[in-house]
Amino acid sequence: MKILVAVKRVVDYNIKVRVKPDGSNVDIDGVKMGVNPFDENAIEEALRLKEQGKATEVVAVSFGTQVNQDVLRHALAMGVDRAILVESAEKLQSLAVAKLIKTVVEREQPDLIILGKQSIDDDAGQMGQMLAGLLNYPQATFASSINLEGKVATVTREVDGGTETLALDLPAVITADLRLNEPRFVKLPNLMMARKKPIETINADTLGIEHEPRLKLLKVSEPPARKAGIRVSSVEELLTKLRGEEGINL
Amino acid sequence: MRTLIIAEHNGKLLNPAVQKAVTAAQFWQAPIDLLVAGGNDAIIQAAASINGISRVLHANAAHLAHPLAEDVANLILSIASDYQVILAAHSSFSRNILPRVSALLDVAMISDALAIQENNTYIRSGFTGSIHNVIQSTDHVQVLTVHSSRFAAASLGNNAEVINIDAPAPFTKTRWVSETHNLSDRPALSSAKIVVSGGRSLGSAEKFEEVLAPLATKLGAALGATRAAVDAGYAPNDIQVGQTGVVVAPELYIAVGVSGAVQHTYGMKDSKIVVAINQDPDAPIFQIADYGLVSDLFEAIPALTAAIKQPLQ
Ligand SMILES: Cc1cc2nc3c(=O)[nH]c(=O)nc-3n(C[C@H](O)[C@H](O)[C@H](O)COP(=O)(O)OP(=O)(O)OC[C@H]3O[C@@H](n4cnc5c(N)ncnc54)[C@H](O)[C@@H]3O)c2cc1C
Ligand SMILES: Nc1ncnc2c1ncn2[C@@H]1O[C@H](COP(=O)(O)O)[C@@H](O)[C@H]1O
Repeated sequence: MKILVAVKRVVDYNIKVRVKPDGSNVDIDGVKMGVNPFDENAIEEALRLKEQGKATEVVAVSFGTQVNQDVLRHALAMGVDRAILVESAEKLQSLAVAKLIKTVVEREQPDLIILGKQSIDDDAGQMGQMLAGLLNYPQATFASSINLEGKVATVTREVDGGTETLALDLPAVITADLRLNEPRFVKLPNLMMARKKPIETINADTLGIEHEPRLKLLKVSEPPARKAGIRVSSVEELLTKLRGEEGINL
Repeated sequence: MRTLIIAEHNGKLLNPAVQKAVTAAQFWQAPIDLLVAGGNDAIIQAAASINGISRVLHANAAHLAHPLAEDVANLILSIASDYQVILAAHSSFSRNILPRVSALLDVAMISDALAIQENNTYIRSGFTGSIHNVIQSTDHVQVLTVHSSRFAAASLGNNAEVINIDAPAPFTKTRWVSETHNLSDRPALSSAKIVVSGGRSLGSAEKFEEVLAPLATKLGAALGATRAAVDAGYAPNDIQVGQTGVVVAPELYIAVGVSGAVQHTYGMKDSKIVVAINQDPDAPIFQIADYGLVSDLFEAIPALTAAIKQPLQ
């Protein structure tokens, strides 16, 4: 039972990114980067399944440039067995990454693939579903619990207004929501040890997959700010404003 | 060429966001078909009554009673060659299905478009709403979800033709097991006119209920919560507002003891009027609030509740 997890390198979620003066993109030079938060949940879940004796190997894969080594080292320090970097000079978009992961799946033959439900830079939320479609695999997105019994994964998903539980025949694709688990902290000695582990690198161009960008980024801007509001000093003043100026009948 | 909208429903009612998707779809000025997978007569009638659409395509089959992404995607793919644009209102339903469709059509997908412009160009947000990207698709088919609160609801009164279509064979490798709904007498969070949201500062599930519920009841409001409040067990997860929860855009949003993290404001900054009550004058929520009250919520909220005249209709 092998599990493949995808690990994306993104700007740390606490950082407010700035737009470059020419509006061509965001300026992430020197900004703190890290593992996409939902991918940490994916890694954690795979490790727990291994610790429960339900999986035997956890492999992490990341798509990008050599700088992505750091997020793979983080995954190794958390406890994954192996790490693969699929290297591409070009910025990879969702569809391209989905096609590239598919080739890694064909090579590694995992029984389960766990991705994050969405990346916090592109906010796309597409990859897991795209990959499942390309492989014609069962899919369960936004997972808040995973239960493995033999060749079936029972997954509870967070959906608008409640939850839904599905049973998937393996191999299958699952995307992790934040409530799936609480990712473990990485201890410094583990990080030191992870530095020594090898990371296999594959050049994306050798995989025979068309990975040209399909979406052109024309312009990046800060969204229009909400108009500056006012401070009120009491509940009475608040109600007076809402009733008088906003015409709300309270 | 035509435009296809995937109509979301819960087995009983059509989701009102479908009317917003129709307005978005009108941008292409092509005939619009609404696809309903499963569903009852009331849903089909509601779909056919939306002005601006040309036809309702209804696929009914036992396996569509609880539609799986795999089955709805296969259904869409079975008719996709007639369409240049395939879209839906952004929700956990549509974002589960449409990326699967787009990959199998070999086109990129545009998630949660805020605006649609000429030449397959869209505005969408990135970095949790902190930036806006203008992007242009180079693909021959457009697959997208739209941010409902940015589009007006299409009016009702139509009597569009309903056509029954065949559903492809079921995808048997995935099986629906069960679902839970958090039942509440309050209005649905995503369509409520007023939302009262509470944060971690409420301190317990009991206090969350005791302090916020009377205010919400008097205002006829839906209750919302931050992730911190949900994770602490003060509120159920389906009322979480934000990046990983529900996106709301009510007439009035009252944030109570909410710090205003971008992951939260992503889900409420399209609200018409925002009121923030927080004891920390520097809380980021005040930067986006129209009216800010620096106060202890345990004093301010009971006082506000008492001062509101009558329950709203
Ligand atoms: C990937 C990711 C996704 C996320 N998605 C979401 C999401 O969808 N929704 C979401 O909400 N969060 C989300 N978060 C979490 C988010 O970053 C914040 O941690 C969270 O919103 C904070 O919740 P809070 O405002 O309740 O708590 P805190 O940040 O702890 O703020 C509590 C506030 O209450 C005030 N306060 C305390 N006592 C009182 C009192 N007596 N009276 C008045 N005010 C008081 C304090 O001054 C403070 O401002 C996400 C985080 C990540 C990493
Ligand atoms: N470049 C990448 N490298 C590794 N994993 C990725 C990459 N892009 C996306 N993913 C995975 O796909 C998930 C969803 O991403 P997205 O569809 O871009 O929101 C992420 O949480 C990751 O698990």
